Amino acid sequence: MSKETHQHGSANWGIMAEFDDVPAVYHAAEKCRDAGFRKWDVFAPFPIHGIDEAMGLKTSHVPKVVAMMAMIGISGALLLQWWTIGVDYQIPNGGKPLFAWEAALPITFELGVLLSAFGALFGMLILNTLPMHFHPLLKKERFLRVSDDRFCIAIEAKDPKFDIDGTRSFLESIGGRNIDVVEA
Amino acid sequence: MSILEPDHPDQPAPMMRSDERYYDADTIDGTLVDDPGARAPLVLGGRDFHSVTDTICGWAENKTPKWWPLAFGTSAGVAGLGTLMILYLIITGVGVWGLQNPVSWGWAIVNFVWWVGIGHAGTLISAILCLFKQKWRTSINRFAEAMTIFAVICAGTFPGIHVGRVWMAWMLFPIPNSNAIWPNFRSPLLWDVFAVGTYFTVSLLFWYMGMIPDIATLRDRATLRRGEKTTFGPLWAPHPLPKVIANLRVTLPYFQIMSVVYGFLALGWRFSCRHWHNYEKAYLILAGLATPLVLSVHSIVSFDFAVSILPGWHTTIFPPYFVAGAIFSGFAMVLTLLIPARALYPGMKDFVTARTIENMCKIITVTGSMVGFAYAMEFFIAWYGGNPYEMDAFIRRAFGPYWWAYWTMITCNVISPQLFWFKWCRTCIPFIFCISIVVNIGMWFERFVIVSTLSADFLPSSWGYYSPTLVDILTFVGSLGIFMTLFLLFCRFLPMLAISEVKNVMPQAHAHLHGDDHEGEH
Repeated sequence: MSKETHQHGSANWGIMAEFDDVPAVYHAAEKCRDAGFRKWDVFAPFPIHGIDEAMGLKTSHVPKVVAMMAMIGISGALLLQWWTIGVDYQIPNGGKPLFAWEAALPITFELGVLLSAFGALFGMLILNTLPMHFHPLLKKERFLRVSDDRFCIAIEAKDPKFDIDGTRSFLESIGGRNIDVVEA
Repeated sequence: MSILEPDHPDQPAPMMRSDERYYDADTIDGTLVDDPGARAPLVLGGRDFHSVTDTICGWAENKTPKWWPLAFGTSAGVAGLGTLMILYLIITGVGVWGLQNPVSWGWAIVNFVWWVGIGHAGTLISAILCLFKQKWRTSINRFAEAMTIFAVICAGTFPGIHVGRVWMAWMLFPIPNSNAIWPNFRSPLLWDVFAVGTYFTVSLLFWYMGMIPDIATLRDRATLRRGEKTTFGPLWAPHPLPKVIANLRVTLPYFQIMSVVYGFLALGWRFSCRHWHNYEKAYLILAGLATPLVLSVHSIVSFDFAVSILPGWHTTIFPPYFVAGAIFSGFAMVLTLLIPARALYPGMKDFVTARTIENMCKIITVTGSMVGFAYAMEFFIAWYGGNPYEMDAFIRRAFGPYWWAYWTMITCNVISPQLFWFKWCRTCIPFIFCISIVVNIGMWFERFVIVSTLSADFLPSSWGYYSPTLVDILTFVGSLGIFMTLFLLFCRFLPMLAISEVKNVMPQAHAHLHGDDHEGEH
């Protein structure tokens, strides 16, 4: 039986360890970051303040997605209004210009906001590879308590530094409890 | 036991500081601290994370409270009546309403503007207060956002059925069609379609996104209990059903079913901090987007009136005045719903503290004063502008055939919120509840006063007096039923408070907290 294979024969996804409270998981995350792990994650029932730095996360890409969607929304709205009432279906009215940007502003603003909002939600989901139908961690009953009051750190078997015994003792050394192998 | 006391008076509250001043009668549940150097606790009852989860999820998981079927049955009945009225209108035509020349915008538009206004509180609480880092909003934002969405649904119904030929309502949108015509993008009525449509969609996205982690919590809890069987019945509420149905008991693997339903809605959220990282950024951006949006929506609704050339409508004060009024009525509606919920759901008082309610009262006073100022300014400018038609429109509002509506509006919107200057008024919950209803009534009359300005147009021979028909009244009452039905469903099946956000503002959520020695430092 190789090191990366579980006793039931299925490959391992990784190892998870539990932590009691926010300070414990925060400092453990700093140690994981400093140990040079790449494929690992902290799980917490709420976004812990400052955990991004403790984990060494880079700036989120969500704003770029939103900015792109905002530009599509704004230009699309202007184009739509200019073409429909300025070109395709002209309603001459009291000598007023057929298309004026001032009158187009409200809808341009609204469509810009609308598409940006879609960009924010769906950009967030896509960057997080959600929706996800199945994840090995969610098979663990113990892991389901993360949504309540537990904190977890999980290191994936895909991480180049992963080694089942070494990682287990590393998680123990940073204060992890109930260390458990997660089957894929 | 007073309604104001926390639900667990016997438990110690470690989250409060041990200073004596927190426990005097003035602070009621320990949160009404006037000392600006002290932060009032946001969660009471000595709760840890688990008890927060347990309480909030419990409202969705536990046996249905006895009042719920009764309330739901009543609301659904009223909603059904409203639906029948809409059906009658569609079959017969808008003549079943009291609309006539010159008042071609009757209750339908009054109701539309009223409902959209109510819908403003949710986004204000979730977006603007989020940007201002008002942490007390975490206990009420979910609630207010849900209310927003249901209010906008009710609002959208009215212009939809007001168009007369409802089956042509798709022409509100720029859809290519065989007539080769496009909607007029220069019309404020079309801006309104986009504003309200965008507002509804963005509010829905914001609400749903905030709920994803909390639905995931419900999913995980349901998954852990998936082996349990739940028995439903017999029906408790009085009803005319035969005994066989009334006494029916059904046993279902409820939590197995709910783990699938919540699992579908939670999109596989697994509380990963890499996900939270993007999530927080997206949430902040949505808050930033929703802030100008909430200010734009009622501005654009006010353009429906202000861009016309009618005296009494054609004023530049309308956008800010409509927005202030919208926030005013929205907060009143949140209080109208929150106060009974707070009394009915066990443990809710630990989250929705006396201070939260007091803060909302203060916002009502601020926005109510803005509205009162706008009323005065409208009158002043009508006189100062020297336009006889404008002046006449205002004199007719206050002293003409609709004087009763005008003075009801002034009493409810200008005088009643000023009572909250007195501490007793903004801490006595039953009194606040009454004022919140008075404000809702007042804001409805504000819109009625504006719309009924149509009754005296430029041609005195056409002047008329608008009266609603029974169908008008029942359609409005029906919209209240639709609103309450949706709201009660939300209370029953979805997380009513933002669980992860509440946890995030608890003292235990801070990383630099080492034991008890640093508590209270922040």
